[in-house]
Amino acid sequence: MTIAQPPGNALLILGCPEVPVQQALALHIAWSLQKQGTRVHAAGNPAVLNLLKVSDPEKRYLPAMQVLENCIEEIVEKKRTCDLCIVFAHSDAGISYAATLRHLLPSSRLVVIIFGKDPEALAALADFPCEKIVEKAVHNPMQIRRKINEVFGWAA
Amino acid sequence: MGCIENLEYEKILPLGASFKECREYVEKNFQEFWYVDPGYKLFDEYIIGLPPIALGIDGGRVIFPYTKPCHGTYLLAVDDAVEAERVRKTARKKK
Repeated sequence: MTIAQPPGNALLILGCPEVPVQQALALHIAWSLQKQGTRVHAAGNPAVLNLLKVSDPEKRYLPAMQVLENCIEEIVEKKRTCDLCIVFAHSDAGISYAATLRHLLPSSRLVVIIFGKDPEALAALADFPCEKIVEKAVHNPMQIRRKINEVFGWAA
Repeated sequence: MGCIENLEYEKILPLGASFKECREYVEKNFQEFWYVDPGYKLFDEYIIGLPPIALGIDGGRVIFPYTKPCHGTYLLAVDDAVEAERVRKTARKKK
């Protein structure tokens, strides 16, 4: 039996922070990845980065964060890559970013977490190769956390 | 990298348009249009979206989608004959 190695590094792409579960899930995923030895880098707009900085003042969960546009620039210019890319999408814009990252990082594992009030409709737009975790979630992260844990093989 | 707000642009489709709506609008409303992939640099910005991304050209005007994480995608038009010519040379006709 082959035991899959955890990815060496992961990139978390965060959407606009207007849906509360994203913040909790981002910290949960970052913590879970780091526990298994994966280096984590996060990118988002200034608002979402400030929320995370306040929640994680010593940078224990998210040691490296960057403005999204700068991150995309580095990926396009081949200065940044990753083994695992996780994109949070609760809007059409999130799917656009996921599609962009699929194109720019063709050999990375791409997991798109699709949440919010109407995730099924959004999931239908993501017709490019990726793994999708789809769950209606706005304020309550418990069900979608369970799905995330299943996909990544993490204990609850 | 530049900032889109530094450009004098006209909004063709408002904030909140989907990337699909932007592509269809360009294909239906502009005689000259070209396709690029995400990460294509236009006006010093990297274009985000589901490939292929449609760019319209109307004389010296470039019509392109621009995505903001909070608001979605909207379609902009910017007068810039040099950039329009660069699109003609670097983009493709086929999807």
